[in-house]
Amino acid sequence: MAHGIAPSVKADFPLLCQERRLVYLDSAASSQKPRAVLEAMDHYYENTHANVHRGVYRLAEQATAAFEDARSKVARFIGAPSAAGVVFTKNATEAINLVAHSYGRHCLPAGKAILLTEMEHHANLVPWLMLREETGVELRYLPVADDGRLVLDDLDRLLDGVGLVSVTAMSNVLGTLNPIRHLADAAHAVGAVMVVDGSQYVPHLPTDVAALGCDLLAFTGHKMCGPTGIGVLWGRDDLLDSMPAFLGGGEMITDVRLDGWKPNVLPWKFEAGTPPIAEAVGLGAAVDYLTGLGMDAVRAHEVELTTYALATLAERHGDDLRVFGPADPEGRGGVLSFAYHGIHPHDLSQVLDETGVCIRAGHHCAKPLMRRMGVNATARASFYVYNDESDVDALSEALLSASKFFA
Amino acid sequence: MSLEDLYREIILDHYRNPRNRGDLPSPPALRVEGFNPLCGDEVVLYVDVVDDEGEGGDRVADIRISGQGCSISQSSASMMSAAVKGRTSAEARQLIRAFKAMMSIHEHRLDGDGREVVEAVAPNPEVKLGDLEALRGVVKFPVRIKCATLSWNTLAQALDDAQSTRGRSDQAKVEGA
Repeated sequence: MAHGIAPSVKADFPLLCQERRLVYLDSAASSQKPRAVLEAMDHYYENTHANVHRGVYRLAEQATAAFEDARSKVARFIGAPSAAGVVFTKNATEAINLVAHSYGRHCLPAGKAILLTEMEHHANLVPWLMLREETGVELRYLPVADDGRLVLDDLDRLLDGVGLVSVTAMSNVLGTLNPIRHLADAAHAVGAVMVVDGSQYVPHLPTDVAALGCDLLAFTGHKMCGPTGIGVLWGRDDLLDSMPAFLGGGEMITDVRLDGWKPNVLPWKFEAGTPPIAEAVGLGAAVDYLTGLGMDAVRAHEVELTTYALATLAERHGDDLRVFGPADPEGRGGVLSFAYHGIHPHDLSQVLDETGVCIRAGHHCAKPLMRRMGVNATARASFYVYNDESDVDALSEALLSASKFFA
Repeated sequence: MSLEDLYREIILDHYRNPRNRGDLPSPPALRVEGFNPLCGDEVVLYVDVVDDEGEGGDRVADIRISGQGCSISQSSASMMSAAVKGRTSAEARQLIRAFKAMMSIHEHRLDGDGREVVEAVAPNPEVKLGDLEALRGVVKFPVRIKCATLSWNTLAQALDDAQSTRGRSDQAKVEGA
């Protein structure tokens, strides 16, 4: 078999099986959900729901078990040595904010700088910009080359005096796969902590936190077949242990008196209040679903589809279409940002929608990268397990109809 | 609801051949930026508001547009510039209201009891939109309403700025007298 993902997987996704053909090419923004995830959440609410870590009655125990079982599944999915390092958050954004608030304000040694890149999503920029406003910490940026790759020539100089490095494993705009292991080793060599934004990586590639070499990894459930409202911060146990709590409230304490409190142990120390229980169950089901497909097969499928897309779009549209980011499908994920005929991405997206083709148009929450690329918006098509070559063909055809309007 | 409702020929004409494109020396012209955070579009208006003594107050003597955007935001800005150039500020404000009403924009205000009231922008029925009527189809594509209104909100900001600048200089004149 060429790629190992059968075309029949589309049938697992109810939203993609409507009467009107939907060519959903916006999974980098949010993926669709397989029936197994929806059913797991329904089943939880219909049979198991109670608050977790509170009641001693059987139902509450079952809810707690379902919630913690999801945590274990996520831990296995990313090769984490223990479930204690898997903290459930609202999304990847909250996970990075947790790091900026807790580590950034309390653990980052005084005078140490933070190294980011020019290609970060706002979620991995604004929390650090907010930290800089508060503490005056110096922010540095690895530049992005014209081909969409990070420029590492000055890495040693940029790392001098750095206490924390935070980099996306895969650009949500360019699709660039960054050399995380190399950056992590370099960061560790200067004693810096390595944070990885895995929002676009974990859903699409086999993930092993030890192989990546990161100390903290943020990602979100809704981009990996899971529900909205749940994200993950994974961290090395000793590092998370050393970090103070972020949000305060129930569940994150072992004791509260009128004049003080003691934090809970990991991971609950970072989970204040009633957590997103059904969402965790849904994420656990999503992890099961992806594991069933096999993450190697998911990656192979997307490399194959990206290869086909790059070739097809170049062949059909030539110089009218410019793809941003690395040209080599092995060095990128299935995220294609492009400019077409000088047509504004908004207009392009609007016309494509007439034929059921859903692409994203805009700055993709990466305005500094847009400025670096000299554009204020791009059109973006992104692939997942349920996309196939016919979706690429539909995109290619729809582009021709758009040129009718505007060319 | 078809694409032809949205992309009328006159809109595409203004998109391909935008009127009043460019800039004006600032000062004396006001330079005001508007952003659409949704898509990253930006419009920069250069508005030269002059005080025609005894001629009905402030007047938009000249206007130029720069920035980047989609066909809807660019054509709306182009048509707006043609419509307000030479008009008094009061007339321009009435056009803004009429255009926002066409875009089904609602206003929030507090009623006499401090309760929030949401109501449609009420235009002056005397105000004629002319070519701008071509943008009426945008209402059927709610996400694009912000594209169409971007330059209008920016113009409103410019007129407010001009008024407060004028207010300050009048104040200075009074104080200097």
